[in-house]
Amino acid sequence: MDRLAAEDMVMFVNAATTSTGQREFHSQAAEQRASLEFLHEYVAGNYRDLYAAVLALDINDLNAALITRRLLATSAEATPEQRAVEGRLIARRLAVMPPQRVYDLFHDLRRAGVNNRRTRAIIRDWLAARPDQAFDAVKYRQGLKRALRHAHVTPSRVAPALHDELGTFLFGGVAPRFRTPLLESWRRAHYEQAAIYDLPYTVAEGFAAKHGVDRSVFLAKIKPNLTRLESLRLRESANTDVDLAAMPLTRLATYVLSLPFADRVARRTELTAALRAAAVRTAGRNAGQWGRVAAVLDDSFSSYGSGVKRRRPLAVAVAGHYLLEALAAEYVPLWTSGATDPLMAHPRGTTPLGHRVLDALSHDPDRLLIISDGWDNSPPGLAGEVLRVWRTRLDPDRRVSATHLNPVYDAGDYDVKRLTPEVPTVGVRNAEDLPALVEFARFTEGRTGFADLSAHFTDRVTRFLETS
Amino acid sequence: MATLDLTGLTALPAQVWGAVRLVPLVRDRPVPGLRLHARLYGDEVGVVDLPDNTAYTAYIPHGFVATWSDSPAATYGTHLAPPTPTSTVRLRFHRRMARREERNRLRFLPLHLAVEGYLALHFNGPTVLWDEWSQRAIRRGLSPRAEQAYTGAQIEGLADALKIFEIHPDQCGVALYVADALAAAFVVPHPDDYRALHGTLLLDMYGELIHHYALLSTPVPAFHAFVDDTHVRSLADLRLAATRQSTEWATFHTTTMAAGLLDATYDIRRVYRAGRFTLSRFLPGFRPKEENHIGELITDQRGRTAYLKTFRLSESQIRRGHLLNTLATHDWHLATAAESLGTTPEAFGQRLTKAGFGHLLNPHTLATHRTRSHLTTP
Repeated sequence: MDRLAAEDMVMFVNAATTSTGQREFHSQAAEQRASLEFLHEYVAGNYRDLYAAVLALDINDLNAALITRRLLATSAEATPEQRAVEGRLIARRLAVMPPQRVYDLFHDLRRAGVNNRRTRAIIRDWLAARPDQAFDAVKYRQGLKRALRHAHVTPSRVAPALHDELGTFLFGGVAPRFRTPLLESWRRAHYEQAAIYDLPYTVAEGFAAKHGVDRSVFLAKIKPNLTRLESLRLRESANTDVDLAAMPLTRLATYVLSLPFADRVARRTELTAALRAAAVRTAGRNAGQWGRVAAVLDDSFSSYGSGVKRRRPLAVAVAGHYLLEALAAEYVPLWTSGATDPLMAHPRGTTPLGHRVLDALSHDPDRLLIISDGWDNSPPGLAGEVLRVWRTRLDPDRRVSATHLNPVYDAGDYDVKRLTPEVPTVGVRNAEDLPALVEFARFTEGRTGFADLSAHFTDRVTRFLETS
Repeated sequence: MATLDLTGLTALPAQVWGAVRLVPLVRDRPVPGLRLHARLYGDEVGVVDLPDNTAYTAYIPHGFVATWSDSPAATYGTHLAPPTPTSTVRLRFHRRMARREERNRLRFLPLHLAVEGYLALHFNGPTVLWDEWSQRAIRRGLSPRAEQAYTGAQIEGLADALKIFEIHPDQCGVALYVADALAAAFVVPHPDDYRALHGTLLLDMYGELIHHYALLSTPVPAFHAFVDDTHVRSLADLRLAATRQSTEWATFHTTTMAAGLLDATYDIRRVYRAGRFTLSRFLPGFRPKEENHIGELITDQRGRTAYLKTFRLSESQIRRGHLLNTLATHDWHLATAAESLGTTPEAFGQRLTKAGFGHLLNPHTLATHRTRSHLTTP
């Protein structure tokens, strides 16, 4: 029973890390959604405590929102103690989630008719804790409005600093002018072009279109208001200055892979330096501590992902490559296509994972890492066989640690695709989480019990709540 | 009668999606001097004028253009036809199945070339005017002769299987299995051509048998690698065992899975000679209850296949070919043909009627046969 529970939880964590409910290479968005829906229902029904504790792990925002929603919708089933812990976990998680996703979650709660006292209190506290309510009112106008309505909160209660102007701003009424500068800019932006450059980019864009402002003029002037991601996205069209090295590693890899080959060649030094710097920053104290590392990295055609998750699996592999390079003392990367230049990575060809694993083992590493979606097809299942025979016959003492990191959720199996039971497989969303995931991998081997896993969860929850 | 020569092509491990199994065929080096590219025609009904004053009418969504030269050539690129209004059924007229467009460029209609060859089988009808044959059969032969097929888009799961298939960098062909029945083999001279033409498998036609198999079959299992670990002492042993998997698979594929296509002998007829390449089409022996493929191929001067496309006939199509062939070998004499099949002229007539050739028979003579057989059997 314990073993089953541990397996279920590991499966759920893998799913919550990888699945974003979007189309993947091998499955449609609807299949992903349905599969995830079932898994959430199953885990929430059977292991409510652990289900809530997963909020403390490195899961993705969609699943964090789904968990929160389900916990709030089923408040009646929880004991008072459970509710106290859940409340703190939810509050902490919402605090670290991007605001647009939280507003979406509140909208979902409203549509689902979830409006118990706990939900209203959580919405109220989150809104009150926002650093700048005027900014939220301008940028997330609809979201904020809905949230206030749904939680029955008076606007002045969440934003006392705004001199009671939030209510007027959101819900109408006569206001010749606002005392809050941002709200006043928004009012003036309706008829004055100069005022739109005080607003956030997404809002200003609408006003610019309304006034018919030339796109290049608009982009040049709005530059200071861009967020970090917006400036990365507009780098080519608006010529923004982006500190690439300060970007999160996987995001940077996605950006590099989105560039045409000619640009990657022309900017090779700059891009490589940025990737290396980001990797070293991510590695932190662990840099150079991992000994000899051999990595099998998947750049087969399926690493293209899908139109909505473009080149995501490949980006994780590229980011993983640079991170492992920083972590290892001696590093051998082996791409499935046989390519040697990670900057020019391109999803193409079959997945001869088995042969690459053999190549990797022949370098006699201390650690073997495989970043692949697990669709081993040339020949199918060879990687699993090679790893099995190697584990049972050639390395029974587990001298070499081997981990398979899988960026793709397999909707049919309710888990990420495994190569063999002999080697642990964990889901990966961002390459930055790689060291933590390699730690977590021991639970997926079936050699540790439920008690260990439970202790690990408690530990993570304590640390998660302390950092608030 | 000759067999197909697939020298230089090696089968790599299959990729499976649902009931569809795709076996990549790779070449070590591409065939020099010949390139293919696709030409899309849109949704009109195609009418092809044939040299013998007959016409071939079919849904022809695409054609191939072969370019040959003595030096290696670059792929020509694909062409999109301009959109046409679809309120009426439009006709597109093609002259000839294979037609030279320029000095070294040939346009042909893939698979239609082969299917037309099958439809034209003994198209002229009876060669001797026995009185079993109707006036219509004597005057007009088998015209009009019609067969039905499904486009790849109608084959359940084929579109998904082709979409997620991972093309090997050296791939020059594919063997397509549906529920482990060989549906089609497709070979091109150059990997870049294959990459460009991979999607046209969805525009091709497939027989009724394949359509039904795809609809009714459960997912086929993948051939998983298995390494016997009893003799593995070192990494080198393991590598040897892994390599053996690939060679074993290639042999298994050629000798077992594709045996129905490769072991059979074909009646190969030349259609066009393009430089040192020959475009031909072939017909099988029409053996009932066995695999029968029709198709077309381009061979080089040594007879090696540079281009191949096959169509698997369904059971009723094989039966029709078999009956026509039997009749032809016996100069269309009903009684002799029936005797060679070990049956009576009357039963043979019924078989012809069931196969859709009833209009060829003279009902009066058949009735006479029936009366006579009634009189002789007590």
